[in-house]
Amino acid sequence: MRNFYGVELDTPFMLGTAQYPSPQILTDAFTRSRASVATVSLRREASSDKAGQYFWQLIQNLNVKVLPNTAGCHSVKEAVTTAHMAREIFSTNWIKLEVIGEEDTLHPDVFALVEATRILIEDGFDVFPYTTEDLVVADRLVNLGCKVLMPWGAPIGSGMGLNNVFGLRALRAHFPDIAMVIDAGIGLPSQATQAMELGMDAILLNTAVAKAGDPAQMAEAFACAIYAGQLAEAACPMLPRDMASPSTPVLGKGFLE
Amino acid sequence: MKQIHVNSEQVNCESLNLAELLNELGYAGAIVATAVNGQFVAQTNRQQLVIKTGDQVEVLAPMQGG
Repeated sequence: MRNFYGVELDTPFMLGTAQYPSPQILTDAFTRSRASVATVSLRREASSDKAGQYFWQLIQNLNVKVLPNTAGCHSVKEAVTTAHMAREIFSTNWIKLEVIGEEDTLHPDVFALVEATRILIEDGFDVFPYTTEDLVVADRLVNLGCKVLMPWGAPIGSGMGLNNVFGLRALRAHFPDIAMVIDAGIGLPSQATQAMELGMDAILLNTAVAKAGDPAQMAEAFACAIYAGQLAEAACPMLPRDMASPSTPVLGKGFLE
Repeated sequence: MKQIHVNSEQVNCESLNLAELLNELGYAGAIVATAVNGQFVAQTNRQQLVIKTGDQVEVLAPMQGG
């Protein structure tokens, strides 16, 4: 597994912390997921409401690496300011950089993403850019210093899986040394397996676990599926072919006509 | 007395600087990050950040995210 800005993860599973029915279910899901990374965010907090303080204590107890995001940001300035605030609170240079360009699909604004990436890398951040499978955008991000790319599988929260397998395969092939994380769109464990079989280095998901009927069990299912895909990719899968090829040897077959 | 906005809520305060303001509003000891008028203000700079009437203050804390 490629590393993430010098950090080797125990498992290639990054799990979001939003939308769980309760803090206890979130904790159970993380335990059974064996996820190495938890994604977190920043929101306004009233002085009378200690929700953020309790949440942070809960995350610290999970004993995982924290990846703050800039979710909900729509401009370079907003994303850069949020990243600085996140770095101070979470004491990490890691930032999952999201700059949203379109509301219905939550399509990343890749132009703003590139500009925000430039600013943040100059400021010493380790940027995890939430992007598309666009090769040219990826090239710009890598040239700016990104050592990780986070292409979407499908729109955030859609659960559609990998909408453009060809594009993701091309991205993987073009940047063999860059750690790559499928971020967003994964709905089923089988889709996570598929992504890992493509040679991705990790999967980041949230809704598919948090919104399952049994989030903890689904978290474990994803852990198994991601591991299966990782093992399969490392085992060098056979190449598909158009014509049939008998697996049982023909040589020595009895003449029974 | 100064009139400012904290997280979009109108607030009247007497604090001279951002560090005092956080104490006045009950954030003492809380893990929060701050911005004033859209600019990040690091914890180490809160004492130097003078609060003026009309300032827009943002106080953010850790929250769930995907």
